[in-house]
Amino acid sequence: MARMVVDPITRIEGHLRVEAQVDGGKISDAWSSGTMFRGIELIVRGRDPREAWLWTQRICAVCTMVHALASVRAVENALDIEVPNNARLVRNLISATQYIHDHIIHFYHLHALDWVDITGALKADPAKTSQLAQSISEWPVSSTAYFKGVQDRVKTLVESRQLSLFTSGYWGHPAYHLPPEADLLAVAHYLQALEFQREFIRIHAVLGGKNPHLQSYLVGGMSTAIDPNWPDAPLNPERLDFIAEVAGTAKKFVDQVLIPDVLAVAGFYRDWFALGAGPGNYLSYGAFPQGRIQDVGRYFLPRGFILNNDLSKVYPVDPNKVAEYVTHSWYEYPQGNNVSLPPAKGETHPKYTGPKPPYEFLNVEEKYSWLKAPRYDDHVMEVGPLSRTLVAYASGQPEVKAIVDGVLAKLNAPPTALFSTLGRIAARALETQLLANHIVGWIEELRQSMGHGDLRMHNGDKWEPDTWPRTAQGYGLFEAPRGSLGHWVEIEDTLIKNYQIVVPSTWNAGPRDGKGQRGPYETALLKTPIADPERPLEVLRTIHSFDPCLACAVHVTDARGRTYARREI
Amino acid sequence: MPPFEQDLPSALERQGVSRRDFLEFCSLMVATLALPTRYLDKVVAALSQPQKPVLVWLEFQDCAGNTESMLRSSHPPVADVVLDLLSWEYHETIMAGAGKQAEASLQRVVKEEKGKYIAIVEGAIPTADDGVYCTIAGRTALDIAREVCSNSAANIAVGACAWDGGLVRANPNPTGALGLQEAVPGVPVVNLGGCPHNVANTAAVLVHYLTFHEMPALDQYNRPLFAYGAIIHDQCERRAHYDAGRFVEEWGDEGSRKGWCLYKMGCKGPLATYNCPSVRWNDGTSWPVKAGHGCIACAAHRFWDWSSPFYKRLPKVPGFGVDVTAENIGWGVVGAVAGVTAVHAVGSIIRGNVSKLDSQKEGRSKEGSKPASPEA
Repeated sequence: MARMVVDPITRIEGHLRVEAQVDGGKISDAWSSGTMFRGIELIVRGRDPREAWLWTQRICAVCTMVHALASVRAVENALDIEVPNNARLVRNLISATQYIHDHIIHFYHLHALDWVDITGALKADPAKTSQLAQSISEWPVSSTAYFKGVQDRVKTLVESRQLSLFTSGYWGHPAYHLPPEADLLAVAHYLQALEFQREFIRIHAVLGGKNPHLQSYLVGGMSTAIDPNWPDAPLNPERLDFIAEVAGTAKKFVDQVLIPDVLAVAGFYRDWFALGAGPGNYLSYGAFPQGRIQDVGRYFLPRGFILNNDLSKVYPVDPNKVAEYVTHSWYEYPQGNNVSLPPAKGETHPKYTGPKPPYEFLNVEEKYSWLKAPRYDDHVMEVGPLSRTLVAYASGQPEVKAIVDGVLAKLNAPPTALFSTLGRIAARALETQLLANHIVGWIEELRQSMGHGDLRMHNGDKWEPDTWPRTAQGYGLFEAPRGSLGHWVEIEDTLIKNYQIVVPSTWNAGPRDGKGQRGPYETALLKTPIADPERPLEVLRTIHSFDPCLACAVHVTDARGRTYARREI
Repeated sequence: MPPFEQDLPSALERQGVSRRDFLEFCSLMVATLALPTRYLDKVVAALSQPQKPVLVWLEFQDCAGNTESMLRSSHPPVADVVLDLLSWEYHETIMAGAGKQAEASLQRVVKEEKGKYIAIVEGAIPTADDGVYCTIAGRTALDIAREVCSNSAANIAVGACAWDGGLVRANPNPTGALGLQEAVPGVPVVNLGGCPHNVANTAAVLVHYLTFHEMPALDQYNRPLFAYGAIIHDQCERRAHYDAGRFVEEWGDEGSRKGWCLYKMGCKGPLATYNCPSVRWNDGTSWPVKAGHGCIACAAHRFWDWSSPFYKRLPKVPGFGVDVTAENIGWGVVGAVAGVTAVHAVGSIIRGNVSKLDSQKEGRSKEGSKPASPEA
């Protein structure tokens, strides 16, 4: 019996630590800890709610724009502002771009090295790699000479003994199973995906001025004014042509590179369809409104939740049933340590009670994380692409159903295989494909709207604070690429009185709750085989399948705002 | 094992990048840095060394925005930077290893490359309550920063948070967050502010350092003049509209659609210095003003507190031409910077005394209270 510590978990956003108990070569218990805290909800208090999005967007730049959108929606909800149709379209386009970009970076740059042995690529025959590539895809960059060039580049790195980013990898680990040709193919696509993401994100530059941290949101709409006849308009026919052209490259890359690669990798690691299952409950707030934000039934990705892996029933979501525990988190509730409080009523005080750094182990019997433990009606919920896909699948969304059934048939696997580490990876890839299928059409919709003479991009009726009620409360929900995101805002005398955020990775990476229920990471790690406790590759596989974002996950509310206001440094 | 014949140009050549492309890249760097063209040979020679300099990238109270910006690098492509130009041996967001293996890499660099490696820092460093607000491998950010940044050859703080504490330090600064130069006083730091940094500038600084073994000319905030020397308003593509009195009056109005000046919507361009309008973002595609939103002065010192409220119009800015410095604006922080940056003086190295400057600044605006605003 040994306690294993993985800190830092790398190839994620933020600072995550996992401690695990290993018995007989398998994980028997696990604890997930977020080790960084900033207090952004305290920092936005007392500021203009119209600019809250600029501040909260900085919660995370891997998930750039998601907090901006949830924030403007929260303020629009509080002040009862409806955004013009063009602004809805631009927001959906920015979000779809983010999904595609984020999911591709995740697979190739944050996750692939858990399955791909870079040094394996050295042993590959480039001619056979070329054959393999051409047997699974039409993608034209697949010649023997090309793969030879990539292999030479890896060789140069290895021979220089300066392996750069790959210095500390687990090369030669017994859990790597890909044949060398597949390793080389994946390394080549790792490099191609770096190029692809850089070009593809230029859509964000047009629609948001820059990426990361776009700068075109406004409470009431977007700053990207549209005009068919004016060359200096932020959006005009020429710029729409440009983003349509860039967006068009996504479908080809996803269909011909991402999907074949995911299927190929999955084929060599089928045992991971039986490992890494989460709590079995899946939540989605729904995303991509096709009309007014209130018309939840018309969202492109539906809202709902599933319990106990039962795909025969999808339950409606009531945001008031979200509540958070701090039993094992470094915070205090005046109401006691074992109760849960809804975000709109939270009164939380950060109080670190962990070991004094530098430390070797956390005291997991007591408090051990900066993350709280959110629960829905006391259920532990997994969020993210898998949850969205399952909710859409179980709701009968025809396109999702077709795409999921198609892949399951190819993999010769039942739908229950999705409740796993590989299931998360497959769902993320399929979602990428779904959005890549639609993004160009949504640009076309915007072009047609402009062509029909609708140039409205902002609703300014309530821009001036003197049009607001003295007090107002609202919330904004969104499905970020990593899962269900909610911002709650309270406005008083034109300023933010209180602000709360419940974030995807808090749902997934949170610690145990007041009832002792494990968080999703902690559950998913159970029974994971560990070949070598000194080299925890298998832990990374399951944790990375969730695509953790820890900067997002840590937050705090303090209804009185007194704890820190006086702290001087 | 074959000998180390691989310098960068030949490595690139083997991947189909010609020597000509490599020279083009070097020329671009020379131009970005505003160096005389005779330095081209020196840049080429420096980047052709077979033994790559080692770099470590530390992340503390960050959002990974500067990492993401780095991944968008197009000149040079990011893969060339992290694999060919430098040996990029520690960077949590993208490195292969985790846990013990990751930390062992960092320790190896600190000990075996002592005095030779470059450290890039992203994110603020919490100093309250013994630094418990950010730990990595059980150690505090402060502890790690002290060790890594005092054994390096050069330190580069990227983004607002690593420079001056950024958003994390904004009032009421719940975690006692500071930027690198204040958290670890005495170590040399080059600051590349911005939220996030623009990777075009950071790449140019790295190339300059690799070529000349010293940093480019700096202002008194230790920021490179080539990037932070000129006022945004003076470089703005919408400047002619300002001079002609054509302003956006409401979001979505005729002025918005015609690309008129955003001054009345709260744009802070007249008081901010940065090369954002010329370098732009994502391979030169755009920048915030082109997308119709005002500048928030994200590259200015402590901008979160002093530049907000972001939609509040600046007090009347007298008409000033492109050849007048911001000193004439007569306003605190940025005025002080612009006054000494002498836009066209690239080449003269001004190394301001940061700690002295900071003590003056703290005198103007106490920590925890709102720094001088335009109305003050």
